[in-house]
Amino acid sequence: MNSYALIPFLPLAAFVINILFGRKYLKENAHWVSILAVAGSWVLAVMALVDVLGGNTINFDLYTWMLSGGFKVSVGFLIDQLTVVMLIVVTTCSTLIHIYSVGYMHGDSGYYRFFAYLSLFTFSMLMLVMANNFLQLYFGWEGVGLCSYFLIGYYFNKKSASDAGKKAFIVNRFGDFGFGLGIFVVFLTFGTVYYEPVFSQAGGLAEATFNFLGYDVHLMTLIALLLFCGSVGKSAQIPLHVWLPDAMEGPTPVSALIHAATMVTAGVFLVARCSPIFSLSETALMVVALTGAITSLFAATIGLVQNDLKRIIAYSTVSQLGYMFLACGVGAYTAGIFHLYTHAFFKALLFLCAGSVMHAMGGELDIQKMGNLKKYMPVTYMTMLIASFSISGIPGLAGFFSKDEILWMAYAGESPVGKFVWAIGTLVAFLTAFYSFRLIFLTFHGKFRGTHDQEHHLHESPKSMTIPLMLLCVGAVAAGWVGIPALIGEKIGVHNYIAEFMKPVLGHPEGHGTHAEEMVVMLISIAVGLAGIGLAYFMYILRPELPARLAQQLSAVYRVLFNKYYVDELYSFIIVRPAIWIAKNVLIGITDARIIEAVVNGVPSAIAAFSSGLRKIQTGLMQHYATIMATGILIIVAIMLLR
Amino acid sequence: MPSEYLGVLIFLMVATAFSIGALVLGEFFRLRRPYAEKLMPYESGNIPVGEPHMRFSVKFYIIAMLFVVFDVEAVFLYPWAVVFDKIGLYAFVEMVIFIVILFVGYIYAWRKEAFVWD
Amino acid sequence: MPIAMPNLIPVMPELVMTGVAIILLMAELVIKRKETLGFLSLISVGLISYLLLGSAGTTFGGMFVSDGYSTFFKLIFMANLVLTVLISPKYLQTMRINFGEYYALTLFATLGMMLMASAADIIVLYLGLELMALSTYVLAGFIRYDMKSNEAAIKYLLLGAFASAILLYGTSLIYGLTGTTNLRDIAVYITHNGLAKNPLLMVSMIFFAVAFSFKIAAVPFHMWAPDAYEGAPTPITAFMSVGPKAAGFAVLGRVFLVAFGSVKTDWSVILIPIAVLTMAIGNILALSQTNIKRMLAYSSIAHAGYMLLGIIAGTPAGISSVLNYMFIYAFMNIGAFAIVIMLRTEGFAGEDISDYEGLGKTHPTAAALMLVFMFSLTGIPPMAGFMGKFYLFMSAINAGYTWIVIVAVLFSAISAYFYLRIVMLMYMKEPKEVIQLNTSPGIGLALAVTVSAVILIGILPAKVLALAQQAVTSF
Repeated sequence: MNSYALIPFLPLAAFVINILFGRKYLKENAHWVSILAVAGSWVLAVMALVDVLGGNTINFDLYTWMLSGGFKVSVGFLIDQLTVVMLIVVTTCSTLIHIYSVGYMHGDSGYYRFFAYLSLFTFSMLMLVMANNFLQLYFGWEGVGLCSYFLIGYYFNKKSASDAGKKAFIVNRFGDFGFGLGIFVVFLTFGTVYYEPVFSQAGGLAEATFNFLGYDVHLMTLIALLLFCGSVGKSAQIPLHVWLPDAMEGPTPVSALIHAATMVTAGVFLVARCSPIFSLSETALMVVALTGAITSLFAATIGLVQNDLKRIIAYSTVSQLGYMFLACGVGAYTAGIFHLYTHAFFKALLFLCAGSVMHAMGGELDIQKMGNLKKYMPVTYMTMLIASFSISGIPGLAGFFSKDEILWMAYAGESPVGKFVWAIGTLVAFLTAFYSFRLIFLTFHGKFRGTHDQEHHLHESPKSMTIPLMLLCVGAVAAGWVGIPALIGEKIGVHNYIAEFMKPVLGHPEGHGTHAEEMVVMLISIAVGLAGIGLAYFMYILRPELPARLAQQLSAVYRVLFNKYYVDELYSFIIVRPAIWIAKNVLIGITDARIIEAVVNGVPSAIAAFSSGLRKIQTGLMQHYATIMATGILIIVAIMLLR
Repeated sequence: MPSEYLGVLIFLMVATAFSIGALVLGEFFRLRRPYAEKLMPYESGNIPVGEPHMRFSVKFYIIAMLFVVFDVEAVFLYPWAVVFDKIGLYAFVEMVIFIVILFVGYIYAWRKEAFVWD
Repeated sequence: MPIAMPNLIPVMPELVMTGVAIILLMAELVIKRKETLGFLSLISVGLISYLLLGSAGTTFGGMFVSDGYSTFFKLIFMANLVLTVLISPKYLQTMRINFGEYYALTLFATLGMMLMASAADIIVLYLGLELMALSTYVLAGFIRYDMKSNEAAIKYLLLGAFASAILLYGTSLIYGLTGTTNLRDIAVYITHNGLAKNPLLMVSMIFFAVAFSFKIAAVPFHMWAPDAYEGAPTPITAFMSVGPKAAGFAVLGRVFLVAFGSVKTDWSVILIPIAVLTMAIGNILALSQTNIKRMLAYSSIAHAGYMLLGIIAGTPAGISSVLNYMFIYAFMNIGAFAIVIMLRTEGFAGEDISDYEGLGKTHPTAAALMLVFMFSLTGIPPMAGFMGKFYLFMSAINAGYTWIVIVAVLFSAISAYFYLRIVMLMYMKEPKEVIQLNTSPGIGLALAVTVSAVILIGILPAKVLALAQQAVTSF
């Protein structure tokens, strides 16, 4: 057996051990099992990386669950360039966040349960990224979803938390329905659910259409869009983005791991993984690009005015995920994955810093009630500042390289909507810088605005929390150095390693532009980033009374943004409430009482009535039994001989 | 093949005819002078007491079953003994095992007090 | 002419089993702690299983054959025996029927099953069948003071005798027709002499089908099953619902595919209505049961119906899926019975379905285990029962019996109703009274084994299936 198969199964083993023995035996030591397991996975993932760097890709079936004709369901692993990048992201973030959780969750009554779920999540996520077939992908997909609902609703005594869990679950149903349908269409079309034959045959079916209700539907577009439905749900894109901000009800390490670094990026991974299919459909790519662009703008504008520390970062995540889709949509899958990879570091770091702040503030999340924390929490401040610089695209930091790559690819690529999404992307870059530093300035600078008790209680977090912060900070700075664009790379003698690395799986379209143009695009993106920071400095440090006045003058805009464009209210109005109304009046009143009741209870009761009638044959009298047997024999003999 | 069994068939028919014939002929020729003492069931010269369909102890069944078991053993032993000098050691050992198994059953029945009447 | 020593290697497991059974019977006279006997039989099973694996071959002039097929079934019998012995002691103590003969009789019954699985000749088959049947009759009536148990035994005995007579009648017909009782020779004779449409052959096939249907409790020859299952001591019910059924399938498969392989179209006409009726009656009547043992009896009738599909398909895939299903069924069914046994305490039968109300609250572990077994019996993935059914149905579809599979799926949908009702009662209802569980290390071990088998085979079905597929290559 290939030892890489252990990568997902180590965390699974940790889950099993923790869930079985955690409550009684491990208790406060539950973290050891999980951390050792995930660290083991990390080591193996690094070995896999070395292996893949050496030019090997590994594709093997671990075992076959069932096999019947052409339908084969098995657990198999595909480790190629794309997988390996995801493996590194997942195992690194997961390991660091596991360690961070030791401090963060200390003393929680469900300590072992938390680590068990975290391990189970890691297992599912690894199964998802390592799958070599769509069904296993789906299994992992649902698995991470399940863990995410568990963890969002971790504080199940809190109503808002369990509501948020429910919301995430229901919203994801919409996306997963399409996703499942997509896999079904893949199986119908290709007769298999394995990546390899599917992707190699996809090219031959590029022009295939089928007739649906009189319309010729382009098959690849259909498959791509159905699969993308899943991505939209999982990666919280418009219109299914509403669950992610609410998901912040979960413990902060969960927000960092699941709702920033790994699970929510699964949608991007799916699009990249299925790039051979997406590339065959211009329509699908355009939908991906526009969905990404609009989501990123939309979420960034909401992020401008929010006051909840974690929600701002959540909207920022939605926005950055949009960025990744934008990249995929213009055909620059590598850029999308590159951004996914850098984003994982700085976004996980932002969340963990937020967690550290929460820890110090006794659970307070309102940034209007903070201020001047840099005095008390220097490590948290420095790391969060660097992460914010990174996300704002300050040259040299991780976020800069990936963001620049995306913007350039959008601008210079072949996509018909390229220039448009580039413009949006640039605007978003400005907004991102602004809200990130609004957060920094309100939280760490100025005067402390909280209560006296809180101020008294302020302290830096323990080592187990600050060390992961520092390690992630290294990633937030240096992760981008593997993807330095040729424009700069040529001068300092390095390549765009990641692009070359990913080329065999994702391709790497060359931009159609001159060096001069590329330089301009880059300078613009730097300029808007700096402008955003500058504006935030102006508004929240130099003229702190300005934001309130602005909010008053532009109260209409402010209210719309503050209320997140009223999307939740809209959904409540057009979906949730009608659904409840229909459920109450139509389903329960008519369908349930009449039809379902009649079917669900009627059929069994008819059968039950039949059954108790039939039961009378079983009289208990021997002679009847023997008679029935003899009659049976006679009837069979008669049938056979008179045939 | 059926012709080989013709003799058996004739034998069967003759046997049947003979037994039925004897009864029928007897019915024809015998005298019939019944009286009360003559119709009474014969019980070794004693006057019968109670119902003829008497229930008797289940223990008789156990004795009867044990009898059948050892009767069958004897049936097996007989042909074996006849050709004993020709069939060799294996057949001897085989029969010893058979007897031992029955003997075990005998011991079991004995220790379970199957032979104790009360 | 001295009789040559036959090759005893193929029959060695049976010989050892005979020896152990006799020793146990003797030991019973001196040993006071009867559990020791159970322990001894467990050890012997280890030895016998070891011997089984190296026992391939034919012996006694072709009357006895040890091949992959028989070995697979014998492994099922071993599992059945071990699990039964594990779940028994506590129950026997509770019921105050802790007699040593129990263990000897289970061994004898298992020996009979092993002979059946290996029978290449109808005489050996009959010998094994009677040994198995006589032992189970006694075991069914083991609670001597209990009227129900006596009733179970006497009904089983009388109807069983009826079935045996029919089997013998079938045997005499086939012997009269072909002049042999060897299965292969029968097959050769049928093809060489073109007996395909011979009415005597048909009638004798019907009699075989009927006799075996009795053993596997297929409708309309199932009438004994609910009464016998209900009255018998619960571990014996578990034992009877797996062992004799598996043995019945072993001989059904071998006789019909080896001896009557050339007239498959004829006997499938016999078996199809039996299968459909079995699934229908088993599932429908299970609905209206209030006693869990009776419900499981009907459920086991229904499962025989599903398994008949594989025999009807008659392909290697079909037979191997029957083997596979039987293996899975052994674990999930005995597991469910183990839970039933745990509910039995002195003075409390725990056999009413309503006794399961609220078990999820009072005894979460037991309830969770029961849930696994019920899910598996229903055929819900990822439990093993799903895989078993899946392969059975696929093999029938591939053999062209799609409509029967549709019927089977419909009836297994009905079965969800009564299996999941137990789950519903356990988790959705409030407990009526506090129920004490009658646990013991043996039951714990048996439950651990069965539940892990059900889940593991559900997740990793390939191993068992490959073994089953290998087993049917032998004929």
